[in-house]
Amino acid sequence: MTRTLTLALLAGTTLGGMAAAQDVTLTIESWRNDDLTIWQSQIIPAFEAAHPGIKVNFAPTAPAEYNAVLNSKLDAGSAGDLITCRPFDASLELYNKGQLADLTDLAAMANFSDVAKSAWQTDDGATTFCVPMASVIHGFIYNRTAFEELGLEPPETVDEFYAVLDAIREEGSYIPMAMGTADQWEAATMGYQNIGPNYWKGEDGRRALIDGEASLTDEAWVKPFRQLARWRDYLGDGFEAQTYPDSQNLFTLGRAAIYPAGSWEIGVFTPQIEGAFEMGAFPPPVAAAGDTCYISDHTDIALGLNPASPNADAARTFLEWVGSAEFATLYANALPGFFSLNSAAVEMEDPLAQEFVSWRERCEPTIRSTYQILSRGTPNLENETWTASANVITGAETPEDAAARLQEGLESWYQPAQ
Amino acid sequence: MAARRPLARSIAAHAVLILYTLIALFPVFVIVINSFKSRRAIFAEPLALPTADSFDLVGYRTVLAQGDFVLYFQNSMIVTLVSLFLVLLFGAMAAFALSEYRFRGNSLVGLYLALGIMIPIRLGTVAILQLMVASGLVNTLTALILVYTAQGLPLAVFILSEFMRGVSDDLKNAGRIDGLSEYRIFFRLVLPLVRPAMATVAVFTMIPIWNDLWFPLILAPSEATKTLTLGSQVFIGQFVTNWNAVLAALSLAILPVLVLYLIFSRQLIRGITAGAVK
Amino acid sequence: MSARRPFRWHIVVFLAPAVLIYTAIMILPLFGTLNLSLMAREGGERVFVGLRNFGVLFGDPRWSASFWNALGNNAWFFLVHMLVQNPIGVALAALLSSPRLRMAAFYRTAIFIPTILSFVVVGFVWKLILSPIWGIAPGMLDAVGLRWLFAPWLGREETALTTLALISVWQFVGIPMMLIYAALLSIPDEVIEAAEMDGITGWSQFWKIKLPLILPAIGIISVLTFVGNFNAFDLIYVSQGALAGPNGATDILGTFLYRTFFGFQLQLGDPHMGATIATAMFGIILVGVCLYLFAIQTRLRRYQF
Repeated sequence: MTRTLTLALLAGTTLGGMAAAQDVTLTIESWRNDDLTIWQSQIIPAFEAAHPGIKVNFAPTAPAEYNAVLNSKLDAGSAGDLITCRPFDASLELYNKGQLADLTDLAAMANFSDVAKSAWQTDDGATTFCVPMASVIHGFIYNRTAFEELGLEPPETVDEFYAVLDAIREEGSYIPMAMGTADQWEAATMGYQNIGPNYWKGEDGRRALIDGEASLTDEAWVKPFRQLARWRDYLGDGFEAQTYPDSQNLFTLGRAAIYPAGSWEIGVFTPQIEGAFEMGAFPPPVAAAGDTCYISDHTDIALGLNPASPNADAARTFLEWVGSAEFATLYANALPGFFSLNSAAVEMEDPLAQEFVSWRERCEPTIRSTYQILSRGTPNLENETWTASANVITGAETPEDAAARLQEGLESWYQPAQ
Repeated sequence: MAARRPLARSIAAHAVLILYTLIALFPVFVIVINSFKSRRAIFAEPLALPTADSFDLVGYRTVLAQGDFVLYFQNSMIVTLVSLFLVLLFGAMAAFALSEYRFRGNSLVGLYLALGIMIPIRLGTVAILQLMVASGLVNTLTALILVYTAQGLPLAVFILSEFMRGVSDDLKNAGRIDGLSEYRIFFRLVLPLVRPAMATVAVFTMIPIWNDLWFPLILAPSEATKTLTLGSQVFIGQFVTNWNAVLAALSLAILPVLVLYLIFSRQLIRGITAGAVK
Repeated sequence: MSARRPFRWHIVVFLAPAVLIYTAIMILPLFGTLNLSLMAREGGERVFVGLRNFGVLFGDPRWSASFWNALGNNAWFFLVHMLVQNPIGVALAALLSSPRLRMAAFYRTAIFIPTILSFVVVGFVWKLILSPIWGIAPGMLDAVGLRWLFAPWLGREETALTTLALISVWQFVGIPMMLIYAALLSIPDEVIEAAEMDGITGWSQFWKIKLPLILPAIGIISVLTFVGNFNAFDLIYVSQGALAGPNGATDILGTFLYRTFFGFQLQLGDPHMGATIATAMFGIILVGVCLYLFAIQTRLRRYQF
């Protein structure tokens, strides 16, 4: 025990001397600084109550710095015991470098489907190295109060979608859609990856791209860009300099009617709106009524183990708990909009979260197209997609040019695409 | 007639300076007033002063509930002041050696010491962190002090040696004839004469140390060693829309460094006037 | 003369503490990193590849396009500082140092305040002021009837970089001001009095007498501006993100290096290419500084008072 403690101190993972002799303190590295209070007030107390002797310290870093900080700490050996895993390559790389432990033998892994685990497995699917925590779903959140006031219904088809936008614009009290291009990320994630699956037919299209059977210059992949170019007319003044927080605030202050969203916004928006208006949500519109709808149900967050952790046993105990139905219910309700990946059904109280998750029943889920394999080289397809999506909206590039540039970049290093 | 021109010129000088002062202070003013307003008021009228209606301390309550800011402040103070002292002392000593003595390799040492201002120290992060892990200094303020001292030295040597070249040789030679040792000449004669430069270097060194986020994040992220900048960082991420908290955190980050600067600024003025030997 | 004088230990004593700390904490780690530019990862092993990474950086059109774009942006960033920041700094210092100026201390303190702010504060507040949505800048322009002048400057490719350079000037103008101010104050009264005797006053006194005397200080400022600008990173990162949008228009060497070295979003960090860029940056800065140290500094006339 003394030796472990000394090691722990050396590795800088415990708050020197604060832990009582018998207690083990686990430190969690995470980028979810928004969730700090929820971990401190709900999740950690629930675990600690059931597992005396293990203390947990949630230590988040701002999302933009997380990868750089985590990698530096791992390289130098001062990272925490538990590591929040980004999906796909970022975590796979850590596993290959021996900086994430193999968790395939964890009993709780049985609670997750192969799809749920796919983002944190080796390419052959033989080894899993993180316990899946949650996925996020894309769609559109709208101001229901404003819609009722203007006599509008949430659209189902693309034509209805633009009819609604036109109606809001003509009436004039609301900005039709809250979105900006300053952060680029917003255009790619809330725009392209949100509506795209309906055009490239979800998983089929995504896999065809990975197999090299489809090209980004195919109609199915250019069409979402054409849609984004049309959005320009419905965005607020000066959207070129509008940042992601600007968009969020425009919507929550009731100045914009529709917000292209990720489900994680639910937990952020509800307290900020303070009941000033009602929210609703609709999935990305389809071409014709009755078409199969596809949604981005993106495996986003998981938890892994630092193999250098001196408290591996306690950490595994914690990971088993993270894989349990108890954690799934706790997490999904504490953070509405982060949907459990656990096979056990989870009861959620938030109506908007229920709405989002109900799309899983009628639509085909897929993950973001650029995340698996395709962003392994230089130029990085995900980063290029950010720039391309923003350019298409501002008009700096035509949809065709943007698509051609992406394909050319991908071909430059990805064999199957050539 | 003769009196009018200086008067006009003085008015013009004041006009220019006042205008520039407004430009310099306006953004700070914007942050501070908005940190005291409710969320809706911030967005509705960002330029309005807080009124009885819009006054709201919710941002400060959120921020202060999130950690021991007195401790963070104390950590920041210790790190900044100790690093500053070491940078000034060691930097002035090295600058004196370089500017005063002709010896083989003088320019080479000068160039060597100047290399550090040409590469961002952030690039050495992993090696520095490994060094600190190996010496058990992770999560100590000492680690930060060492890094900041190393980081501040190049600029200090660079500026101070330039100023020390301007110190009269006659004075130093007179000292030598009086039998003063080289150490006394440095501490008694030269140091007081370069006080304005020392004060300037102090201010330049202090600012990046106080505002640094990177090394506290990597080397000393524990609760006991958090600096103020790191402590308020929680509110300034990509996914943060709680502008009340952000503005309050920013105001809290500005105030201490402002006070510190005002203290140094006094020294600076005193130093400059005392140093300008006429 | 004294061909064999005793070894001067005091030189060692004066130099040792600075050289030791600086070497151990800064130089060794940094050169360890730069060294990575000569290696690459192949099949999990780190192998020596000579100058191959530099071949990729300058030879592969994808890498070189990003590099030259960043270098060009950086040069413009520097030019704006030299043309705007330093003249304003000198002018403010000249005004402040005029004798019998009331409230000089207040002005000097106030104008230096932006310099003490962290990049996070500066980035946030200027984004807020220039935001087309929350309307501080548009509102103020509207009040003077110039609303049409307003554009989302930070979001447009043509204007974003210049806007950021001017924000940076706003932040750092205090540094040239302070250094020049200290230099101006150290000009002895006798020199000024002698000039006044000869009837040289006002602006011509500044140009003919003071300016030549403060040239060494202006030299230091220029080289500090050069080094600072070519190492700049934080302001762009805080306000435009690591991708330095719109469409790479604000990408400078610092952001390009950060993205490559530490990785970003799905892009994994590549310490080898990152180190290659860092070495190239280091080379550029070293050439500039050597040019100053050996070509300019040695020719500047210094006056001892």
